[in-house]
Amino acid sequence: MTKWLPLVWANLRRRPLRLFFTLGSIVVAFWLFALLEALRSGFATSISMVGVDRLMTLNKTSIIQPLPFAHFARVKAVPGVRDVAFFHWFGGVYRDGKTQIPVYVCDPAALMEVYPELQLPPGAREAWIGDRQGVIVGPAIAARYGISIGDRIPMRSAIYRQRDGSDVWQMNVVAIYDIAQGAATLDKNSFFFHYDYFNESIRAGRDRIGWMVVRVEDPARSTEVAQRIDAVFENSSSETKTSTEKAMARQFADQVGNIGAILVAVVGAVFFTMLLVTANTMAQAVRERTAEIAVLKTLGFRASQVMQLVLAEALLVTLLGGALGLALGGLSIAALGPGIRQFVPVFEMTARTVGLATLLMVAFGVASGAWPAISAMRLRITEALRHS
Amino acid sequence: MSLLSEVRAVTAMNLRNLPARWTSSLVAVVGVAGVTLVLVAVLSIAEGFRAALELSGSDDVAIVLRSGSTDELTSGLTQDLVPVISDSVGVARLPGGQPIVSPELYVVVDVPIRGKSSAANAPLRGVGPLAGQIRRRLQLVEGRMFEPGTSEVVVGDGAAQQYQGLDVGRTVRWGTTNWTIVGRFTDGGGVAESEIWADSRVLQQAYNRGSFFQSLRVRLLDASAFDAFRAALAADPRLSVRVERESIFYAEQSAFLRTLVTSAGWAIALMMGVGAVFAALNTMYNAVSSRTREIATLRAIGFGATPVVASVLVEAMLLGLLGGLLGGVVAFLGLNGLRSSTLNWQNFSQITFAFTVTPRLVFSGMAYGLLLTFIGGLVPGLRAARAPVTSGLRAV
Repeated sequence: MTKWLPLVWANLRRRPLRLFFTLGSIVVAFWLFALLEALRSGFATSISMVGVDRLMTLNKTSIIQPLPFAHFARVKAVPGVRDVAFFHWFGGVYRDGKTQIPVYVCDPAALMEVYPELQLPPGAREAWIGDRQGVIVGPAIAARYGISIGDRIPMRSAIYRQRDGSDVWQMNVVAIYDIAQGAATLDKNSFFFHYDYFNESIRAGRDRIGWMVVRVEDPARSTEVAQRIDAVFENSSSETKTSTEKAMARQFADQVGNIGAILVAVVGAVFFTMLLVTANTMAQAVRERTAEIAVLKTLGFRASQVMQLVLAEALLVTLLGGALGLALGGLSIAALGPGIRQFVPVFEMTARTVGLATLLMVAFGVASGAWPAISAMRLRITEALRHS
Repeated sequence: MSLLSEVRAVTAMNLRNLPARWTSSLVAVVGVAGVTLVLVAVLSIAEGFRAALELSGSDDVAIVLRSGSTDELTSGLTQDLVPVISDSVGVARLPGGQPIVSPELYVVVDVPIRGKSSAANAPLRGVGPLAGQIRRRLQLVEGRMFEPGTSEVVVGDGAAQQYQGLDVGRTVRWGTTNWTIVGRFTDGGGVAESEIWADSRVLQQAYNRGSFFQSLRVRLLDASAFDAFRAALAADPRLSVRVERESIFYAEQSAFLRTLVTSAGWAIALMMGVGAVFAALNTMYNAVSSRTREIATLRAIGFGATPVVASVLVEAMLLGLLGGLLGGVVAFLGLNGLRSSTLNWQNFSQITFAFTVTPRLVFSGMAYGLLLTFIGGLVPGLRAARAPVTSGLRAV
């Protein structure tokens, strides 16, 4: 087949302008495909990468209902539980003052036990545990607000008041944390502050926590441990609901809406249009060359060879355009990545995307070339030559 | 012949020939239709948020929160502040002299989503007895209002459609209380339809909130009374509150979601638009090249360049108009009124909305389609007009 490549290429180039426009449509389609697929699989993998050995324990009524602090110690004592961390929503408001930013109040040591993917520079761990007003800040949000280590920042709470009536806590930035590659449970957008200090300083609502994250000893038995935890608090005033972090993440994604379906619909619309454009171009190209194809056949080309030539032409267009589109997609994913990863932790071009795109290129090449190729194959030499 | 009649003659002739090129033209139409469909569909989501959130706020209703609160969820007001605020200037009163205010509580409960295994954060709102006087579009469409002092609730129409098990007559357990659903209401498509309503006093007990409220809705004498009302509360040393017009409060709540959806929609439509311009260029170059001889003949017998360019442009834009209309109509028929829900990050609870395809959206979709085909027609048109007559006449 490769020896016919120059012929296929020459056929393509006979109308450079049309080739350019057809390629343009295909490039755009695959460019969009790369971006949307990165976003879609980003949502999906962000969920599937969530730790399997971790459970989340919430108030059964709703995540916004707090749990008593005493639940923490009781969960720790449940057989099969390795470590427990807890979080409390601070309702942080910084500078602009209209939207809340993620400030979690937690126990530093417990947090780092449960989330080994939370990475701190050497010495920062001890520094954080030692400074009761210490806060660690995610790299993304630190960059956004220009926060650096050693800063003392005033953080207002939309929910809590200190005993003196003030709603502003002074926090010392002791470290900028990072999240190990591939982990998607904690984002790079949060503040983590000392629970002990916070709990002592608030005027009302003391000794309450928002939710707990439990690391189990044996991931295979996590369902069992979850049931055991919930059983402890059954019929108490604060019943709990424990599920795997993965189930929680999926539920959360469901709440946002079916992003996957919307993206698939958009990509579908794009491809339908693109297929039409390419098929039309190919049909035209073959119609124009009726006489030439007849000559090829006269020269001894078999019907199947003629069909292959036309198909190869269609394939070459979609492969060229697709490859260029994917390359542009890869570049823009790299360029947009840092911004988008604030919201979707995983946003990259995967081997799966490239594979899927290649399949699509071949499928669209064949689909758009099929009809012209068949009509070229069926072409009767005498008729075709008579017409021209 | 005047220029105008030349243009008319050439364009009419061209359009009569259009059916001969229908396959290629169809590609441009479908290309533009695809772009318009996606654009209108995504923007109709943003329009749906606007309808649900912005339009549900009134100018003559004020919402009072604790100062520093970003939303109702994080706010808190004590019972003793309610009469202080109610007696302030500008508050509307019933004929009996009772101020029209509603002290409200806002909590979130886990309710299973219809057709899915997972649950979502549904807002459960405790309202005062006069809440209906403040949300004047509220209408019971099934059952009755809850009896004050009992653990009965009424559900918004959107919530009833979105969640499982919120049918009138059923009993649900949230927290430690069993709630009986006794009615279903509409709010003209407003945000209250996403909510479940209970008596605020009962909700306080059920959630151990003592005598705390989270917000106070106040009906004002009229929209212009707001500034005086806000100034009076700000000047009162007993109060430390944030006062907003309800309409502005809701607009702020929807701002994030709307910006996100609108910019995503335009970004995708822009990229698709580039693809569609290529498709249109292809179509129009084909159209022009199939008319090479015709155009050359016209030029030879004395027609100017302008009618030729105009005829190509009119053909292109007619295709764009058709495509835009097709996309808009498909979006309208397929999506308008379709209900969905998403998480409103501002108060961490579900908001239900309906895809809202407004005439304005369809028009902007069509305008965009026209713009795309204008670009797609201009270049080939100019080229056709500039092509030398002699070589054109020789063309096959």
